[in-house]
Amino acid sequence: MDNEGKPILEVSSLCVSYGKVEALHQASLTVGAGQIVTVIGPNGAGKTTLLNAIMGLLPKTRGDIRFLGEPQPEIEVERMVAGGMSLVPESRALFGGMSVADNLQLGAFMRHRRGHRDHPETMEQVFNIFPRLRERREQEAGTLSGGERQMLAVGRALMAKPRLLLLDEPSLGLAPLIVKEIFRVIADLRQTGVAILLVEQNARAALQVADYGYVLELGEIALEGAAPELADDPKVIESYLGLGGAAQAASSRSKPAAS
Amino acid sequence: MDLQIALLLAQDGITNGAIYALLALALVLVFAVTRVIFIPQGEFVAFGALTLASLQVGKTPGTLWLLLGAGAAVALVDLLLVVKRGSYRSIPRIIGWNLVYPALAAAAVYLLKPAEMAMPLQIILTLALVVPLGPMVYRLAFQPLAEAPVLVLLIVSVAVHLALVGLGLLFFGAEGSRTPAFSEASLRLGDIAINGQTLWVVGASIALIVVLYVFFERSFYGKALRATAMNRTGARLMGISTVMAGKLSFLLAALIGVLSGILIAPITTIYYDTGFLVGLKGFVGAIVGGLASYPVAAAGAVLVGLLESYSSFWASAFKEVIVFTLIIPVLVWRSLTTHHVEEDE
Repeated sequence: MDNEGKPILEVSSLCVSYGKVEALHQASLTVGAGQIVTVIGPNGAGKTTLLNAIMGLLPKTRGDIRFLGEPQPEIEVERMVAGGMSLVPESRALFGGMSVADNLQLGAFMRHRRGHRDHPETMEQVFNIFPRLRERREQEAGTLSGGERQMLAVGRALMAKPRLLLLDEPSLGLAPLIVKEIFRVIADLRQTGVAILLVEQNARAALQVADYGYVLELGEIALEGAAPELADDPKVIESYLGLGGAAQAASSRSKPAAS
Repeated sequence: MDLQIALLLAQDGITNGAIYALLALALVLVFAVTRVIFIPQGEFVAFGALTLASLQVGKTPGTLWLLLGAGAAVALVDLLLVVKRGSYRSIPRIIGWNLVYPALAAAAVYLLKPAEMAMPLQIILTLALVVPLGPMVYRLAFQPLAEAPVLVLLIVSVAVHLALVGLGLLFFGAEGSRTPAFSEASLRLGDIAINGQTLWVVGASIALIVVLYVFFERSFYGKALRATAMNRTGARLMGISTVMAGKLSFLLAALIGVLSGILIAPITTIYYDTGFLVGLKGFVGAIVGGLASYPVAAAGAVLVGLLESYSSFWASAFKEVIVFTLIIPVLVWRSLTTHHVEEDE
């Protein structure tokens, strides 16, 4: 695992409030270079809030965020994008009336603005990752299927050549086969060197691709650990790995008791 | 009415319709990107025409003072923000655009003797004086309210309109002005003499619409504006800042407004408050297009022009009434055919 060097992202004691309601309390996490880190947890635990606060879509109340080793006192979305952070939001936020190719091109807007005029090459790379998008390149984004929309959202984020990719529930609302494909791509992205912070309700799939995981409950980090260890943790199995995991959980709980 | 009169009225209607179409496009653009219903659009028409007229008679146009004043105000607001945030990199840009540029414009007005210039140069100077007011108005009046509801933005828009009309009276007085035609040439088509200025207006409008189309379809920044209109959050996540998109759309709207004013100045006498009515007719066109569709808005605006011209022949006292009544059937039809969409912000 590529863990040397400074971490890409360090979040310490991050608090975010909506009015008087605190949605995120003292959350701390680290994403190392080239790592895939996942945050799992139930609906309403504050996972999306966490990502939006890191990206600057939501103001934080307290806490520090260091991106690429640099402290970020005032987080602005545009600054974070320029610095190499890309967020794929839960809603995908595609430009529905524009073609797939135009959506991808706009993904490179910040690079273009900063003088990097290489979006045709980057688009080829994205098409190699998602060949389906190449077939649909002239089609309007609003007419794509759910899976294709997710591919486009991820592809568009990759057009910015990010150092850190934030993915918010990429599996949401997708058929199991498409989920599998999306997670295969996430695992493959490791080779490109981009670090990934993956927020998921689908804990099983997330823990399979991730190196490290956090469990977020009621706005607080309840558990953390290397992904394989989390996947074996009885509490995680019981709460997040669902029915299929319950039997395994029972057996893994009975094992230490027997020994 | 014989055919000849009908054709003359059509010519008149199409000329005005072309201008309304330009304004309708600008209104749709500004609304789509910023959700502002840009009532002061008409003031840019009047300021454009009257600034050109002032330059031609050798007077200093009052819009120069407005440019200097608005520039200073923007610089003040932006510099205070810079000090508060502690990021000083943008200081040269702020001073350059808001203090140095207006000063250069003032120097041009005083040193270059605009009254003796060729007309194209006078037009360029007019554009240079009035168009930058667009982004400045956005910066001062609308940027602080970027997240406000449409109604609040509309109220501010009306306030800006009233302020600019007042300034227009102060700058240019109550008398109207007309500028000489771009060319005296006219074209004969059978029995009909087509006025040279008509050709200029229609030709320039079509050219501008083509340029805008290419800008929105092909250029990176044009696509960025469309993206902001479609999905604000998505656009921000691409690094397209809401502020940049807002300033750019106001810049384009001001440019379209000023050009429209320059184009109609030789046809109609423009007073300080003429712009409002012209802008409102563009607005009727934009409403026909639901403030969303560019081609329908342009077609609606041409319809407004034709309706206005024919109603001025048959019932000239009711000209404006007829034009603005067009809004009622359009709104009824739209409310029956389109389902209500909740505002997403």
